[in-house]
Amino acid sequence: MNVVFNGQQVALTDTNLQAFIESQGAVPPFAVAVNGQFVPRSQCAVTELKEGDQIELLSPIQGG
Amino acid sequence: MHKPLTIYGETFDSRLLIGSALYPSPQIMQQSLVASQSQIVTVSLRRQNSVEAGQDFWQLIKDTGLRVLPNTAGCHSVKEVVTLAQMCREVFDTDWIKLELIGDEYNLQPDPVALLEATDILIKDGFKVLPYCTDDLVICQRLADLGCEVLMPWGAPIGTGKGLINPYNLKTIRERLPEHTLIVDAGLGLPSHACQALELGYDAVLLNSAIAGAGCPVTMAKAFKSAVEAGRFSYEAKAMPEKEVAAPSTPTMGMPFWHQD
Repeated sequence: MNVVFNGQQVALTDTNLQAFIESQGAVPPFAVAVNGQFVPRSQCAVTELKEGDQIELLSPIQGG
Repeated sequence: MHKPLTIYGETFDSRLLIGSALYPSPQIMQQSLVASQSQIVTVSLRRQNSVEAGQDFWQLIKDTGLRVLPNTAGCHSVKEVVTLAQMCREVFDTDWIKLELIGDEYNLQPDPVALLEATDILIKDGFKVLPYCTDDLVICQRLADLGCEVLMPWGAPIGTGKGLINPYNLKTIRERLPEHTLIVDAGLGLPSHACQALELGYDAVLLNSAIAGAGCPVTMAKAFKSAVEAGRFSYEAKAMPEKEVAAPSTPTMGMPFWHQD
């Protein structure tokens, strides 16, 4: 199954969002959105991904 | 009589809010933040190309001990801005959000209609919204009606350094919303611009490029600190009324003989 992770096509086998985030080596702090909807950290472990889902994982950066 | 800056019930001695972007180096950013004596710094969220770089930045910010104000820079729709605000709340552990919702790419002007819609959604979701808006009185009033205790009209478009391009509008907003915390956000280039904003009765200024883009950001941070303090003192001292005709300041009583013919 393929999803889009931070703009890049990624193939995955485990459809669990938490497992996927860990497989990408994400290091806190970060927040996650799937298909433009925020997914609270507490919900990642119970969220299943579907073909073509768009996942954004964002971290702190400079801002004005 | 010292009156602190109040933002949603929290008080601050400094009336200068500072951005964390565009500095020549992380070290100069940190030195500039310290030199500004600001107590609030703006940050954002993005895809992290380098995990290490992101963590280094975040550690630098945490080390300053400053209150963090996350922004939604770059968003162009209500859906985007609401999602990013929710993500910011989780990452930065604050319900404050500097709400930026761009309506035009040319001048990065906020979209006033979408801004109202997004503000309404976020306030109902428990956010304390600090909206970046144009210097339009009615938009500011509508934002206040929705529950914004803080309003942040622009001085000029982001990054232009033009200063207060419409002081009349800003002054009118101050007069019509006397109880709200007003912060001029964006467009300032010189410390004198910040001083002018405070002299108009604005409670604070928020800026980034004017310091980060200066030849010596650390020195410019000190200049803005002093300018903001001068402007606030001036406002509290109440300036003399402007006159159309000259009036001598030296007493005319006891003039010397050569004026007595």
